[in-house]
Amino acid sequence: MLSFNQYVRARSLEEAYTLCQKKRNVVLGGMLWLKMQRRSVGTVIDLCNLGLDQIEETPEAYRIGAMVSLRELETHEGLNAFTQGAMAEALKDIVGVQFRNVATLGGSIYGRFGFSDVLTLFLALDAKVELYHAGILSVEEFLNYPRTERDILAHVLIPKEGRRTVYLSMRNTATDFPVLTCALSGQGNQYRCVVGARPKPAKVYADEKGNLAEGINPESAAAFAKDVAARAEFGSNLRGSAAYREKLCEVLVRRAALALAEESEWR
Amino acid sequence: MEQAFKTVGKPVRKKDAMQLLLGKPAYVDDITPANALVVKVLRSPHAHAWIEGIKKDTALKVPGIVGIYTYEDVPQKRFTMAGQTYPEPSPYDRLLLDQRVRFVGDAVAIVAGETEKAVDKALRMIKVQYQVLEPVLDFRTAKDNPILVHPEDNWKALCEVGADNRRNLCASEESGDGDVDAVFADCEEIVEHSYHVKACQQAMMETFRTYTEIDRYGRLHVISSTQIVFHCRRIIANALDIPKSMVRVEKPRIGGGFGAKQTVVAEVYPAFVTWKTKRPAKMIYSRKECQTAGSPRHEMEVHVKLGASKEGKIRALELYTLSNTGAYGEHGPTTVGLSGHKSIPLYTGGLEAHRFRYDVVYTNVQSAGAYRGYGATQGLFALESAVNELAERLHMDPLKLREKNIVREGMVMPAYYGETANACALDRCIARCRELFHWEEKAPVRDMGNGKVRTAGVALAMQGSCISGLDVGSATVKLGDEGFYNLIIGAADMGTGCDTILAQMAAECLECPVEEIQVFGADTDASPYDSGSYASSTTYITGKAVETACEELKGNLCKIAAGMMGCADTDVEFTGDGVRRLDGSGFVTRSEIAQKSMAFNQIPAQTTATHTSPVSPPPYMVGMVEIELDKETGKVEVLDYTAVVDCGTPVNPNLARIQTEGGLVQGIGMALYENVTYQPSGKISENSLMQYKIPTRLDMGHLQVEFESSYEPTGPFGAKSIGEIVINTPAPALAHAIYKATGVWHRTLPITPEKILMGLEDE
Amino acid sequence: MEIKLTLNGKAVAAAVEPDLLLLDFVRAQGCYSVKRGCETANCGLCTVLMDGKPVLSCSVLAARASGHEIWTLEGLQEEAEEFVGFIADQGAEQCGFCNPGFVMNTIALLRENPEPSDEEIKAFLSGNLCRCSGYEGQLRGIRAYLDWKKGVREDGTGL
Repeated sequence: MLSFNQYVRARSLEEAYTLCQKKRNVVLGGMLWLKMQRRSVGTVIDLCNLGLDQIEETPEAYRIGAMVSLRELETHEGLNAFTQGAMAEALKDIVGVQFRNVATLGGSIYGRFGFSDVLTLFLALDAKVELYHAGILSVEEFLNYPRTERDILAHVLIPKEGRRTVYLSMRNTATDFPVLTCALSGQGNQYRCVVGARPKPAKVYADEKGNLAEGINPESAAAFAKDVAARAEFGSNLRGSAAYREKLCEVLVRRAALALAEESEWR
Repeated sequence: MEQAFKTVGKPVRKKDAMQLLLGKPAYVDDITPANALVVKVLRSPHAHAWIEGIKKDTALKVPGIVGIYTYEDVPQKRFTMAGQTYPEPSPYDRLLLDQRVRFVGDAVAIVAGETEKAVDKALRMIKVQYQVLEPVLDFRTAKDNPILVHPEDNWKALCEVGADNRRNLCASEESGDGDVDAVFADCEEIVEHSYHVKACQQAMMETFRTYTEIDRYGRLHVISSTQIVFHCRRIIANALDIPKSMVRVEKPRIGGGFGAKQTVVAEVYPAFVTWKTKRPAKMIYSRKECQTAGSPRHEMEVHVKLGASKEGKIRALELYTLSNTGAYGEHGPTTVGLSGHKSIPLYTGGLEAHRFRYDVVYTNVQSAGAYRGYGATQGLFALESAVNELAERLHMDPLKLREKNIVREGMVMPAYYGETANACALDRCIARCRELFHWEEKAPVRDMGNGKVRTAGVALAMQGSCISGLDVGSATVKLGDEGFYNLIIGAADMGTGCDTILAQMAAECLECPVEEIQVFGADTDASPYDSGSYASSTTYITGKAVETACEELKGNLCKIAAGMMGCADTDVEFTGDGVRRLDGSGFVTRSEIAQKSMAFNQIPAQTTATHTSPVSPPPYMVGMVEIELDKETGKVEVLDYTAVVDCGTPVNPNLARIQTEGGLVQGIGMALYENVTYQPSGKISENSLMQYKIPTRLDMGHLQVEFESSYEPTGPFGAKSIGEIVINTPAPALAHAIYKATGVWHRTLPITPEKILMGLEDE
Repeated sequence: MEIKLTLNGKAVAAAVEPDLLLLDFVRAQGCYSVKRGCETANCGLCTVLMDGKPVLSCSVLAARASGHEIWTLEGLQEEAEEFVGFIADQGAEQCGFCNPGFVMNTIALLRENPEPSDEEIKAFLSGNLCRCSGYEGQLRGIRAYLDWKKGVREDGTGL
């Protein structure tokens, strides 16, 4: 159980940032993972009064506040149209509706959790994070951003670049953590393939060998999948061994590529 | 023998349904004071250790801490926490707190305080010095291991169960019939394998919890979520070494049990605190405690040898079961018996000989207990898998193979204590299920494209309806003002609906609407004695007691009424609404009889009856499952599960159906993903509902349940049991379907996608 | 610290520890329908409505709920009564411990989607665990309620 003796609703990002510089203090997201930790902290900082619960759309991007819930993303028509349903597909299996109403996008991205469906999809969408102090970073860069930098994640940006996206995951039971996640997005002949829950955090794998350059067909999809599975590193945990994950990776990437091709055709 | 009933056999609502659905306070933590002392237990981080010292002085200084108790503070008489009839077959191997700790999670100290925060703080401040000992973690190496789990001299077994603490043996036995070896030697087909079932968790939604206080007579009053109020009274008195007369146990509504609460798990700790401090105390188990210091299924490895003719006649069966009781012996000597005694008799048909042997061993892991199916589940996974393998090997329809070999009505079952199958509709269950499920259509392997195939599997099951020659059930029926009835029982409704079905039986006997029967249970001070709700016994045993009590009450009411009408009691008859003179010259209403019974009357308007049974008639069932298996990922999707059950007369078809559906889904979870794995330290990895995955409503496909009734002459209104049998078919049926889809037999549960895919690779 | 919120339509002000969970707060306020079944946000037993949305009260701070509107089953008895009888008619309440969370989330579902398909019902309620019923009876109950409701809309009788 998380225990603490002070709760502050920040009145500004500046106040939140200042409070957050103390190592004993912590910023609240949905608090789902945080509350399971057995630790005692000083002050918890709540960003809930800072208007970070909006999904804004501009001609260039979606700008999503850190406090937007996973459920709002899952049911957002614009985002689902933009991602060809990948948004809902990536979120629908996370525990339950009541959980997703509490879990926040900011918490999901900031935590950089290995099991994260959210991270997998947002990497494939080439999303950016807007940090209060450090400014805009790609989610990919943010993955390696030192956790000692006690910055505040305020918004997440999804550039509107005309990508097509497919999301797939393998789970042992319907609402469990994934054994493996896979998101593939394509823009012209450029592909971003993301594999997550390896069980280390999601990582981007480009089509380095140009397997898909001539288009996606069963053979090129298989070759691409083989290549990604060979390059990706896998580990073992309760949900699956490294060897199993490697096999799954090849299957999910191939299926994602074929689904992407089908989707483009349909469009 | 079948009769038309008015209330029995009807889908009436459960008596507590609306209260529960509307969230009214009904459970231990809702109805007991919030300001009771908070009781928690400090648990061992080691699988096996000797406590050399405990420093509690700084922890005692935490504001709000009322008491910290260690092994030095507790009685030194060993006891068992198993809820069983005295003398318990489970060995007396426990102390409330022991200097030797025997699994990760074993109790080291009891802490009581005014607030949870204070108790949590104190728990962190207790310093324990352990001499860490080497544990016995692999149950296959436990027997005759030089490391002993219970080396103590005051360990004792009350019953002859083959126990020997000097050999890590909790029980051991051999039984059989005929010359097995000779028959095997003569068999053309032998199937021989070992099958492994893990220590699965009941995972009832309400964790273990107990409230205790000193009542106005100075006695210990226990309100607990328990299936066994009377055994609980005895066990608490044993643990505290106080007279049984000083303990009163009652249960409110129970948030699920499935056998978990047939063991005294949480009760002794707050009871001890209250007895010491004379203050109200409460212990609420966390989910983590439930998963790591509860009373799960016994892990078993069942070795089956099946001998058959090439025409598919099953001629000989041999089972050897190795059961892991963990650190303590609760239910160890008894669960194991069912692995053979409630599997082998299914094939009484052509069986010429059988042998059944077992060993139950102590190890340094969480102590096992009672879980729905109680050993039969493990045995049936093994035997039904072997029978399916025989069918596949002989290229024979597994249903035809069953039809050649199953037990049928009227047969004597040598492997079932020589009992006769008085009521057995297993043949009809198979025929009906075949039709309902469309077996011929679904059994073949069908390629669905994209790596996916569909196919089906099947399994049979049986169970008992009580512990024969032992279980006792009682009921009191009492007439009240305006002619309503009280039905007072000692059996425990844990959501199963026994309050309601017993009321239906009373209403049937007393010829009144079920609404006129008010049920109360269970309280050791107020209820007539009942062994408790386990061993599938409540319908069969307590039901019969209800029937008898009602018949006796009717006789008494006739006597009172005859007095009122000035005639002999042979001149009247009970009509439900009242009592009438046979010649039609008089009638008194139930309300008038009730009124009379309370004024200048010495004929009791209440009766108590007790029932027991020399036999335990088995219910039977068949389960068929259709799956879609993804050969590229190993994922299994359960599409359809169809079950046809012979539970005798279904007293309440709705509740019997829900029991079946619930059991099937638990069985599906056990078969496919509910796992228990130990880290090298002996710590359980699946210590939460985040890691121990029980099925959600997206994981179980579509369920279809029907009943093929038989009429059990010794049961109330022809009823047998339903509660446990229903968990037994999914594991073997799913293993069968997975074999057909992949060509690989999986003999260790759970059969995860990874095992399926890796198994395919190995082929 | 001081919090002020609306609980089942009534203004409540209370002094609470900053790390008190909403689940423990509402129980202390007498809302015993709200149950705890796990420590890992997996079971759905503690579901309450916060500003109309179903949330896990085990994962919301009482402090964070300050200023918001909270409903528990105690406050939604009439709305619940309309459909829970259909669950009772299946016997699917069983032990009942998961019922309040399940009923609250079903209320949320039906407010959002008054005519859900079976698949939509299963998906929306997937975060509500039940160990007794096997779920099928709960689904039958909701389906029977929806059919009745449809009948009421169509011919006013529900028959």
